[in-house]
Formats: sequence, structure tokens, C-alpha cells
Amino acid sequence: MAEPLLRVENVSKTFSGLLAVDGASLTVQAGRITALIGPNGAGKTTLFAMISGFLAPSAGRIFHRGEDITGVPPYRLARRGIARTFQIVRPFAGLSVHENIAVGAYLSRRSRADALEAAGQVAELVGLGDLLDRPAAGLTVAGRKRLELARVLATGANLLLLDEVLAGLNPSEVATMVQTIGSLVGRGLTILMIEHVMQAVMSLAQHVYVLSEGRILTEGSPQAVVGDARVIEAYLGRGAAARLSAAGSRHV
Amino acid sequence: MSGPSIARIVLVIAVLAIVPLLTASNAVLNFLVVTLMIALVAQGWNVLGGYGGQYSFGHAAFFGTGAFVTAVLQARYGVNAWAAFIAGIAGSALVGALIGAITFRSELKGSYFALVTLAFAEVFRILASVAPITGAGVGTLVALDLRPQSFQFQSRAPSYWIVLALLAVSLLVVRMIEGSRFGAWLVAVRENEDAAKALGINPFQVKLAAMTISAAIAGAGGGFYVQYFLFIDSGIAYGPWISIEALLAPIVGGIGTVFGPLLGALAVKALGEGTKLIAGDAPGLDLVIYGCVLILIVAFAPNGIVGLMLKARQRFVLAKDLQPGRSDG
Amino acid sequence: MLSPVILLPAVLNGLLTGAVYALVALGLTLIYGVLHIVNFAHGALLTAALFAAFFAYRLLGLDPYLAVFLLTPLFFVLGYCLQRFVIGPASHGEDRNILLVTLGVAVVVENVLLYFFRADTRTVDLPYGFAVLDFGVAFLAVPRVIGFCVALVVALALWLILNLTDTGKAMRAVAKEKLGAELSGIDVGHIYAVTFGLGTACLAIAACLLLPTYYVNPQVGNAFVLVAFTIVVLGGMGSVAGSLIGGLLVGVVESLSGLFLGESLGQIGIFVIFILVLLFRPSGLFGERT
Repeated sequence: MAEPLLRVENVSKTFSGLLAVDGASLTVQAGRITALIGPNGAGKTTLFAMISGFLAPSAGRIFHRGEDITGVPPYRLARRGIARTFQIVRPFAGLSVHENIAVGAYLSRRSRADALEAAGQVAELVGLGDLLDRPAAGLTVAGRKRLELARVLATGANLLLLDEVLAGLNPSEVATMVQTIGSLVGRGLTILMIEHVMQAVMSLAQHVYVLSEGRILTEGSPQAVVGDARVIEAYLGRGAAARLSAAGSRHV
Repeated sequence: MSGPSIARIVLVIAVLAIVPLLTASNAVLNFLVVTLMIALVAQGWNVLGGYGGQYSFGHAAFFGTGAFVTAVLQARYGVNAWAAFIAGIAGSALVGALIGAITFRSELKGSYFALVTLAFAEVFRILASVAPITGAGVGTLVALDLRPQSFQFQSRAPSYWIVLALLAVSLLVVRMIEGSRFGAWLVAVRENEDAAKALGINPFQVKLAAMTISAAIAGAGGGFYVQYFLFIDSGIAYGPWISIEALLAPIVGGIGTVFGPLLGALAVKALGEGTKLIAGDAPGLDLVIYGCVLILIVAFAPNGIVGLMLKARQRFVLAKDLQPGRSDG
Repeated sequence: MLSPVILLPAVLNGLLTGAVYALVALGLTLIYGVLHIVNFAHGALLTAALFAAFFAYRLLGLDPYLAVFLLTPLFFVLGYCLQRFVIGPASHGEDRNILLVTLGVAVVVENVLLYFFRADTRTVDLPYGFAVLDFGVAFLAVPRVIGFCVALVVALALWLILNLTDTGKAMRAVAKEKLGAELSGIDVGHIYAVTFGLGTACLAIAACLLLPTYYVNPQVGNAFVLVAFTIVVLGGMGSVAGSLIGGLLVGVVESLSGLFLGESLGQIGIFVIFILVLLFRPSGLFGERT
């Protein structure tokens, strides 16, 4: 099997005695969408922060294309092509949508004209083409999420770490965003996403990891994972799987 | 971030350049020279504070270093005035880089950053007030030598044009920053450092570069001060007065804009002169006014004069658009 | 130089000074702990309090130890109003603005004093100003011993207020979790103002304690305040006990370094400690409010 694009090996994180992530391992294959799911407080954001360089692991290693990137700061990871989005999107206030995206484009371009042009193209990709000159601070939640996506795309990243990029969107906005994300893979991008919106996980992800209480509970295809009794119990509590199957309903 | 065009900057400078040709009044020229010098130092503060979002409460540290290096090199070591001036700028840039390196390495922000810069300025002031090389309590005098080679002039006009030229350079530098990658990175770091990091920006380097540029510009102001007044001591060089004026002008004029510091310096200094005319030359009165202005601006016009002008223009445009008979814009 | 005969009095005097430093620092740390702002106006307000105490003596003939009963409530109200009607509204709650507004207040207060009273230094001559107590190992000035005791009492009083009164509990609630406190019905604006008032009240007390042995001019507050900032940052922003211990420690350090290094360099020593603490002990700080 080819070396995965991203390999997380036995990573742990302790915060003054509290073990937030306990020996988590996962791999992300190039060109695929991998999802990281789990109940609140499971440690997903912490794991993400470690992968994206915002936190140094207490133990374990992270490899990108076979090279050790453990503890490498985020801006260097971005230059390697790893870029992350944030759950709570705060656009660069005072700048237009166009200029916001350009900030990402500047990573590999020097001139303002080049960056703006690249930004314009990315904006079309995510559906912000009509809003380029608007002040970024005036965008709706859906707009902000698209801006977040556009910014990281503009950096030319090939591994996108998406942190709950669908949170706060209504069903039609979710559908649009799912389409947009799906189209990105066709462009050679790899995605690792934290997600709560199951509809997106089911339709987008080729591989799913479940994190619970800091540990990887299981992994597999979305269908397999979602039907796994342990996963259901992690979300709904002990005995839930039994109760559900007794009631004869399928939980999605 | 659409700033003024280069053409507009040139126009403003050209208009200001004519002033000495219109008046021979020393009082007016003196007022303008000092005001433009403040505008220069303020523009330096603006790079770090306005665009970079790091509010320094101790910019005197850079102004004073530029001033003392310029003065001491001439007075003690006989260095040519112009060379000393350049050395002054280099010296303050170096100090800026050093202070920036240690404070940003420790990731100090906001109030802590303001406190630390305040502390540095005070340390410099105390050191300068006891160190023999800076003249200790007495200060340093630069010998009178009214020749252009010594960066001194018989009349006010050449000094005016020189400080105007320095200010012009600073305006262009800031304009260039606005339109450059560095400028975009600087604003990104100011607005959301984490997001900036995730997009490949190294906040430490960006802030350090901003601090160095900021210090160099402020240092140029300090060096000019020495050449104009031919005297400097620890209280003038490193005192709170310049730290306050350096931040008040940009905030009043429009923080994070090209013309903000100039507009603010003109407004603040005019206010100061007006106060003196009405209430006499008592010490402290002008600073009382400045303090009140600071509070009022923050409370009611946080984007300063430029902000007010932009709002007025927006309303004007809106009013035009709403007039009957106009097609939908 | 290192004999106990010289060191011990220096240490004891350091403790006495340190207690008053701690009192100034307490006000600062209280304000930071609850409002999460660095009060740049603290020094100017101390200066104002010193002037007030001075004129209470000069014009009203009030001994500082009596004036304190007048000035403390007065300055509490002053601090309350400053926060409620100036700092709070003007800054619209934004950190950067609060920074500037407190700086503005500092500049105004300091220069109003300068304008009205010029830069002359004034002192008071009190009958007990030079009285000393014999503690065996050292002669200690009476006013400074009184200052030490009162400062400790005030620290205790503050601790009691914070832990036993409803207002104090509200203050602690707001300090920990402003939104939650607000939702529980606490009037956050009022609590902010009360805290600021308490902080300024501490300054009034400190001023009355200092007046017998200290001098008054418009710059004096600044000297104290950098020391206070150093203490607060050392002891931990928002920690009452930290300020007290830090204050005593800094007082002793200052006394000893004054012994070895002399007056003005001793001043730099405090600044340098301050800078070093800010740079290298981030774990000792409670971080920036984002």
C-alpha cells in the first residue's frame, strides 16, 4: 500500500493531568475524503489542533508524505500544502471578500494583482463570485463558511483540514456545501473533516474514524461505522444500540 | 483596503510644499515643522499600531534613540550631520528589531505589549538621564553651524521642506505596504492571528518587520528633532509626551490609514495652539486636552477623521442614489 | 556590608514599604481580575489621592490618618463614576479601546494636577513624621509601621468582602464568567464600577498612609505604579494573596538593591524585573482575554 498522505501515529495530549487524546492513530489516503466523527468532548478538536500544528502532542508522531511534521508550526504546514479551517469563522474584518481570499493566495504569489486574480478564481469555485467586493464582515454564516473554504483553497493546499465546515447551515445550505466539497476532490485535493452533520459524512466520506473519550473507537466505511453498536452507544449512551434494534428502527 | 492613490499623495505633498512660499511668518512655519515632525513619528506608530494592531505606549524609545544617536555622534565624535542622521535611523530600527524580537517571541499582545513598551521607554529615559554619554541630566547640545552640510539652515523653509520630504517618504512607504503582500499579511495577523497562521503567515516575522519599519520612521523624526532644535535630553527624547502624541495623532486622524497621522497631527497640534491662545501657556493644559480628545475619539469616532470623512461620503453617495429619476445602481 | 545589623533593618523596611506597594497593587489586581483590564490610570489616580490627602491636611487641617475616613469613600465614588460613566461607555467593551481610554484618563488626571498645582514637590510636616519605634534590631519609622499594619488589615478586609459578601461573590462570578453572571441577573456594569471603586479606594488609603513620609508631585504616582504592575504580574493578575506576597517581596528586593546599587539604578531594577517577568514567565500570567 502506498504511503498515505497523512499518517497520525499514536498521538496523545494531556492538559494538566487531563488526557484529552489517548493514543489516536489514523491515516488519510491521498485524493479521498476522510471524516472524523464522535460525540462532543471526544477530543476531535484537540486532535485536529495537533495535526494542524496549533498544539504539540504530548506523545506520538505525525507524518506527511512520510516526513515527520510533529510539532511543526501551522504556517510551515501551510507551505507544505496543509491548511485548516476554523469552526468559528472570523473573516479579516475591514477587508472585502476578495481581499480576504487573496490573503490565502499570497502564499504562493507576490503581487497583489496575481493574488487577487487567483482569489477571484477560487471564489467562483465556492460560489462567492458575486460577492467579491462586499465587506467580508457582512457575510451570512453560509457565506462565511464558503469564505473559510475559499481562503484555504487559495493557498494551493492539497490537504484540507475542515473543522465542522457545515455547522450552523440550514439543510439547503448544507446540500450546496456538500456539492462544493465533493467537487474539490475531483481537483486532486485530499480532505480530512471533523463533522457532526451526518448527512454530509454519509454522502462525502470514503473513510470514517470515530473518536470517543480521546480514543479511536473504530474506523471504516460510513455505512459500517454508523451501524456499529459501539458508535451508537458512544453517541446515545449505554444500551442504546440494543434499544434501537429492539424498536426495529435504523438510526442514521 | 483601498487607500489613496500615489497621485493623491503627491498632490497633498505638493500643496504643502507651497506653504513656505506663501508665508514668511516664522511662527507659522515653526508650528508646521513641528506638526509635520509629529506626523512623521505618528506615521511610524501607525505602521505598527494601525496596520499591525499592536498599540505601543512607548514609541519614545525609538524617537529618542534616533535623536540621541544623531546628537551624540555629532557632538562627541564629530560625525557629519547627515551621516549621523542616517545612523540615527539605523539605530532606532535596530532597537525596534531587538525589542520586537523579544516581545513578539514571548507573544505579548494588547495590554501587556503596551505595558512592556512603556517600561522600555522608561528604562531608556532613566538610563539616558544618568549616562554620561547622553549628557546625563544636562542633555546634549549640537554645535550651531548653519550650513546645509551640517543639516542646519539659515531660514526655516529648508527645514520645512526636509521634514515634508521625510513625511512624503513615509506616506509612500505606508501606501506601498497597503498594496503589498506584506501589508495583507500584516492586516491578517492583526485581525485574526490563528487564521493567518493557518494560511501560511508567520506572525512573528510579520510583526517584527512592522516594528522595525515603525521604529525607523519614528527614529527619523527624532533625528530631525535634534537637527531642528539642536538640543536633546532624556526627558525630551524618551518622555511620555512623544509616546502620547505619536499615538494620539493616528487615532484622531484615522488609525490604519495613509493620511490619518497627518490629519490627526494637524488637528491635535492646532487644538493645542488654540488652547494656548485662549488659556495661556500653562504646563499640562495641552495634555489635558489631548487626553480628553483621546477619550472622545475612542467613544464617538473610533475611525478618526478619515472615518468621519468616509462616512460622510457614503451618506452623500447614498443620498444621490435615492434621488428620484435615478436608475437602480 | 552584609552584616545583619545592616541587612535586617533593610529587610524590615522593605517589608514596610512592600505592604503599601501591595496595597496599591491590590487595587490594580482587583480591577484586572474582575474587569480584565489593565488600568493605566492607576498611577494618576494615586497621585490625585496624594494631592487630596495633602490638601485635606493643608486646607482642612485633617491628619492623614483621619482624612482617610473622608477620602476613602470619596475615591470609591470617584472610581465608581469613572468606570460607570467614562471608561465603560467610551470603550464599547473592546479591549483595545479600554487600553486607550484608561490611558486618556491617566493623561487627563495627571495633567490637570500639573496644571493646577505645578510641578513643585510638596511635603507635609507632621509631629510624628519622624518618630521611630525601637524594635531592638532596627529603628522603624512610626508612620511606616502604621502603614504596614493598615495595609494588612485592608488586604484582609478585601478578602472578607470577596468571600463573604454578596457583592464580593458577584464580583468573583463576573470575574470567572461574565456572561453567566449576567444571565444570573447580576448587573455587570454595576459590579465593574464597584470593583473599580474599590480599587481607587485602596489608592486613597495608600495615599493617606504614604503622606507622612513621602512627597507629593504630579509624577509620583507613576513611580509607584510601575512597581505595582510588577507586583501584580509577579503575583498573578487577579490574585489578592499574590499581590500581598509579591508586594512584600518586591519591597524587600527594592530595599536591598537600593542598599547595594543606589537610588536611581534601583528604579531601573524594578523595570527590568517587570520586563523580564512579562517576557519569560508567561505561566505566571493569567493570559490575555481574547
